[in-house]
Amino acid sequence: METDLNSQDRKDLDKFIKFFALKTVQVIVQARLGEKICTRSSSSPTGSDWFNLAIKDIPEVTHEAKKALAGQLPAVGRSMCVEISLKTSEGDSMELEIWCLEMNEKCDKEIKVSYTVYNRLSLLLKSLLAITRVTPAYRLSRKQGHEFVILYRIYFGEVQLNGLGEGFQTVRVGTVGTPVGTITLSCAYRINLAFMSTRTAGEDTGVTYPSVEDSQEVCTTSFSTSPPSQPAALGVGSADLAYPVVFAAGLNATHPHQLMVPGKEGGIALAPNQPTHGAQADQERLALYTPSDGAHCMATPSSSEDTETVSNSSEGRASPHDVLETIFVRKVGAFVNKPINQVTLTSLDIPFAMFAPKNLELEDADPMVNPPESPETESPLQGSLHSDGSSGGSNSNAHDDFVMIDFKPAFSKDDILPMDLGTFYREFQNPPQLSSLSIDIGAQSMAEDLDSLQEKLAVHEKNVREFDAFVETLQ
Amino acid sequence: MNCRSEVLEVSVEGRQVEEAMLAVLHTVLLHRSTGKFHYKKEGTYSIGTVGTQDVDCDFIDFTYVRVSSDELDRALRKVVGEFKDALRNSGGDGLGQMSLEFYQKKKSRWPFSDECIPWEVWTVKVHVVALATEQERQICREKVGEKLCEKIINIVEVMNRHEYLPKMPTQSEVDNVFDTGLRDVQPYLYKISFQITDALGTSVTTTMRRLIKDTLAL
Repeated sequence: METDLNSQDRKDLDKFIKFFALKTVQVIVQARLGEKICTRSSSSPTGSDWFNLAIKDIPEVTHEAKKALAGQLPAVGRSMCVEISLKTSEGDSMELEIWCLEMNEKCDKEIKVSYTVYNRLSLLLKSLLAITRVTPAYRLSRKQGHEFVILYRIYFGEVQLNGLGEGFQTVRVGTVGTPVGTITLSCAYRINLAFMSTRTAGEDTGVTYPSVEDSQEVCTTSFSTSPPSQPAALGVGSADLAYPVVFAAGLNATHPHQLMVPGKEGGIALAPNQPTHGAQADQERLALYTPSDGAHCMATPSSSEDTETVSNSSEGRASPHDVLETIFVRKVGAFVNKPINQVTLTSLDIPFAMFAPKNLELEDADPMVNPPESPETESPLQGSLHSDGSSGGSNSNAHDDFVMIDFKPAFSKDDILPMDLGTFYREFQNPPQLSSLSIDIGAQSMAEDLDSLQEKLAVHEKNVREFDAFVETLQ
Repeated sequence: MNCRSEVLEVSVEGRQVEEAMLAVLHTVLLHRSTGKFHYKKEGTYSIGTVGTQDVDCDFIDFTYVRVSSDELDRALRKVVGEFKDALRNSGGDGLGQMSLEFYQKKKSRWPFSDECIPWEVWTVKVHVVALATEQERQICREKVGEKLCEKIINIVEVMNRHEYLPKMPTQSEVDNVFDTGLRDVQPYLYKISFQITDALGTSVTTTMRRLIKDTLAL
């Protein structure tokens, strides 16, 4: 069966199938990351883009795929499968899809390996790109986040479709005939999304990351347009590369690996054992965590942070005679050693009250708040704390922690007007509340209004003609 | 050589026409585009890399993949926009179709001009429906999304039959097979046309309709 295939073609074919399998896994897993994928076209061949398609390689995924393949290739009875499943935050999980790369015995002896098979594999990858966006799991994966995440698992061997529930559907992505068999790529996907609780306690999805393998084997295939009888220049440099030779008897299923995009719906979960070396991956696109530990939050700054709370007396700017108490809890910035607990200020509506001078004893120690040269004129808007109509001059009431200073608004001149800007500001700084806005009076008038409604309606009806005439004057 | 012909039909709301057409056309062109060819000596050539990107539709619950080529995207958007406008202005039942035709040029001797021989034609028939309520529109979003998923599967199925494709050309003939005018990708030579169907089901072009209308208006 294989006698027609020369050794070079056989080598090439095996390499094509191997890299096709790896790229297939990349496309499937990347399509379930939950974000849009975008790669650039390049008019100059870079030599590392297999099948002339820009498909990025996430190293962890490549590693898992190679581990599953263990040096073997898809063959009859030995399929490469990528299982996509969903796991909720409560621990329930459900298989959504199984993508299968299979080989059957139907051979196409006449086909040219280095040209036709290669191009058809490229076409099949494009089809896979398209199909991965149309199965139901795609839309689910775009919504993953806090409530559920999407996991993937790669295994090699017999296809296991039991976990897909009843009535699952199958879509065939495509086939490519080769001299050693026909490659088929298909997807079986669940249509019954009713949840089965399959809590698996202690499931370990943590993965210790391997170092990145230097396995970016170069594809520099060029094609000849000359007739087959003439020698064609092919496969520069590719013959020297070898497969990892690992013998493994039927791998057991490895644990599912989670796909999560950092920043998706606010959840950034970083695995505690991220690779620290040689990571060429787009780390921002793949993050794993161990659910048994619970979701890890983004690392917080080491300094303690108190939350800032501001409580205000309920009347707001109610009465000029009320002194507003504000409890202000300082928020401690990063790298600050001394957390300061409470500072009591009066009058919420004084801007730059924080910069009030010296009597605020707690702030003295903090150079950030109380700069060394803080003159009294630093806060021009700081006015009277008791705006009880006092005019002009400087009130030197020492009220609580504040010292009265002269209020000198910028650009105002004292000698022109009888009432200067500062006086005006002080007088009208705390105007009395409108009576109609006070709750009691408001409620009273409301009740009165309702009672007198009938009478008012009667009066208005009498004056209908007047109203109409008025309206006409407006038109 | 027989020209392969595939027909797809979609029923969409007016504002979904553009995205539905782009989804189908881009999916076809994804499969019918290669990287740029770079010919070397001795008749060999290497091929550039095709990037891809996901496009989310705004009016349909659907995402499609297109080649990463802004030039190609602009060209498609232009003609799809013209189709959408023609549909809207037709005043008919909202029936129309777009055809994406892949062809090869065959050089003829002077004084005859080159022949264009189609080898694959994709026709997308569009029926525009008008919906009254927001709930219907929401259902339509989902339904059209599902329908487009089926169309993509149909397209992929046809593509993977591996039927006739033009032979890879030599350097001197590459322009007879591929559109080499784009900077970053190289689709097979293609042309896009559209027709608006009137209520009787006969095909008339927009120009003819306009002429007739103008004549009657006199």
